[in-house]
Amino acid sequence: MSSMRILIIEDDRDAAAYLVKAFREVGHVADHAADGLDGYDLAREGAYDVAIVDRMLPRMDGLSLIGALRAQNVETPVLILSALGQVDDRVKGLRAGGDDYLAKPYAFSELLARVEVLARRRPKGASEETTYRLGDLELDRLSHKVVRAGEEIILQPREFRLLEYLMQHAGKVVTRTMLLEHVWDYHFDPQTNVIDVHVSRLRAKIDRDFDTPLLHTIRGAGYMIRDSAR
Amino acid sequence: MTALGKLFRTTAFKLSLAFLVLSAIGAGLVLTVVAWQVEALVDEETARTIEAEATGLAEQYGQGGIRQLGLVIEARSREPGSSLYLLTDYAGQPLAGNVARLPQGVLDRPGFVETQYETVGETTNDRHALAKIFLLPSGFRLLVGHDLRDRARIGGVMVHALAISLIFLAALGALGGLFVARRVLRRIDAMSNSAQAIMAGDMSQRLAVIGSGDELDRLALNLNEMLGRIDELMAGLREVTDNIAHDLRTPLTRLRNHAEAALRLEGDKSDYRAALERTIEESDGLIKVFNALLMIARAEAGTERAGMSEFDLGQAARGIADLYEPVADEAGVALHVDIEPGLRIMGNRELIGQTIANLLDNALKYGAPTPSEPRALLPVSSSSVQEKSDAVAAPGAAPADVALSVRRVGAGIEVAVADHGPGIAAADRLRVFGRFVRLEGARSRPGSGLGLSLASAVARMHGGAVRLADNGPGLRVVLALPARPATLSEAAIPRLEPPR
Repeated sequence: MSSMRILIIEDDRDAAAYLVKAFREVGHVADHAADGLDGYDLAREGAYDVAIVDRMLPRMDGLSLIGALRAQNVETPVLILSALGQVDDRVKGLRAGGDDYLAKPYAFSELLARVEVLARRRPKGASEETTYRLGDLELDRLSHKVVRAGEEIILQPREFRLLEYLMQHAGKVVTRTMLLEHVWDYHFDPQTNVIDVHVSRLRAKIDRDFDTPLLHTIRGAGYMIRDSAR
Repeated sequence: MTALGKLFRTTAFKLSLAFLVLSAIGAGLVLTVVAWQVEALVDEETARTIEAEATGLAEQYGQGGIRQLGLVIEARSREPGSSLYLLTDYAGQPLAGNVARLPQGVLDRPGFVETQYETVGETTNDRHALAKIFLLPSGFRLLVGHDLRDRARIGGVMVHALAISLIFLAALGALGGLFVARRVLRRIDAMSNSAQAIMAGDMSQRLAVIGSGDELDRLALNLNEMLGRIDELMAGLREVTDNIAHDLRTPLTRLRNHAEAALRLEGDKSDYRAALERTIEESDGLIKVFNALLMIARAEAGTERAGMSEFDLGQAARGIADLYEPVADEAGVALHVDIEPGLRIMGNRELIGQTIANLLDNALKYGAPTPSEPRALLPVSSSSVQEKSDAVAAPGAAPADVALSVRRVGAGIEVAVADHGPGIAAADRLRVFGRFVRLEGARSRPGSGLGLSLASAVARMHGGAVRLADNGPGLRVVLALPARPATLSEAAIPRLEPPR
């Protein structure tokens, strides 16, 4: 995976140090700003792939910062990190110009997955392809047709959207909550392993009768679709 | 000064003062108009008397000429309380009568005139009379008049009446104002004392309502209702804090124990790893419980109102059913979905979705006919539970199935989740809405005991309710929501911003 430049704007130094270290460990470049104004300056100058912004910051709060960046045509994807995790807080955050929202406390694997997916979004139009291909698997977004090794696979509409989202982020970890958000449009944690059951059904359809598995479970994080044969 | 000053500053005092001034002006106007009318009447009467006398004198003149006229006038002039007479010759010399002096030129113009005069033997000059002047042949002039004392007296009576009525008005107004002010003031003072007591922390205090149904009573009733609502919210908040203190302590202790055990561990790397993973799992569970508690508290306080929008409840329910369908399938439970189309509501889709998910989750977890795990609270006598257990313990019981339905019922919409599990004994049906309440059979399974609390809070936030019913056998949970937006009174609840 290619390395990303990540800007962390967070006033809690312990939390920030932990994030910087954790992102560096997985091979990314991470900078840190301890307040809103410093963060704003850094975000404007540096070409970052993603900015992680805490909502409550000294000198300039997170939402104002995002608003100011957007007003300056800085289109760096922003993930809002906040202790306010309720539904309307999230709506407010996204309305202010954030691209994703994660409530504290969070699992680093969740944050990493979301940041990597956000960064990928940057070149606009890339995700507008009408056909996703991965190894011998092909998904046509217009005709809703899925073909593997020349054989058509019949999927339920929801399974199709699941696969579509996974293939859109092929090679990236996608977490259960991300799937719930994008495929079902809900943001809560389901009590049981409902997402796992959906994924295993999808896996049964696309992988079971073939030699190389494409849909992988990433332990402690989520799922990833990738061509392991390569 | 303070008591009196307070009185002067009251609205009641200002109002009575204003009324007093207005009624005084009114009384003055009325008396003035009456005085005018009476004076006009007196003038008219006087004029008529003068005309009558003149007619009589004219007859005398016709009979005996100027000499007889002079004699008659002399005679009449001497009568006590007589009218005024004056007869002059062409040069203006008085010949007969009781008028001694007149202002210059009064006699020159014939007809009615109002004039000053002096009688014979008098020196005062502030006597006024209404008189008529007649021109007789050969330049003789005759004045017949009447004193205006009566008219002046009437004016005096009027002024007197005005003065007396003003005194009475002032006294009555002041007394009335004082009475109203004191009465209202006392009640307002009582209200403000109660408010102070409440502010000092005695939330059980309420404002006095005397039952008269007046504005102050209505105000007190409304304020009391508001206090009740505040009390409820505070109680909810207290409950949350209590619950956090009590029920999070157990998992926190467990978390700590795991960490300590890991520290004491003399194993290899993978053992440490496993211990850490368990610690994280434990803390994830804690976070979930914490989030659920927060969500319940906020739904109860009505603060998620900002997230309200209009959406298709049926579609939302179908989405959730779709989410749980494979889970049900895997558990060998048939999930029946029956959704009426086009049922839109105004609400928080996220919270309602989560509520339906919780209900389905419960039904899938506990709704299977497994008589070995009846859902009942520990202290409840086992008879009712036993009945239920027997009912479903029969071999070959109906296959596990769960039904989700969304239907219009009357003016509202009902989302029902029904299972054929052991159900919940009628005695426990109210208790399970409490936070962290988990029935006996559920304790061994994962879950927080918050699902139904959340459902109930979400329903109330939308102006609806959750009820539990017997599904014979099994449990039927009904989430009843109004089809139209939540009521206005609820929408008026102020938003509580979370502390930063």
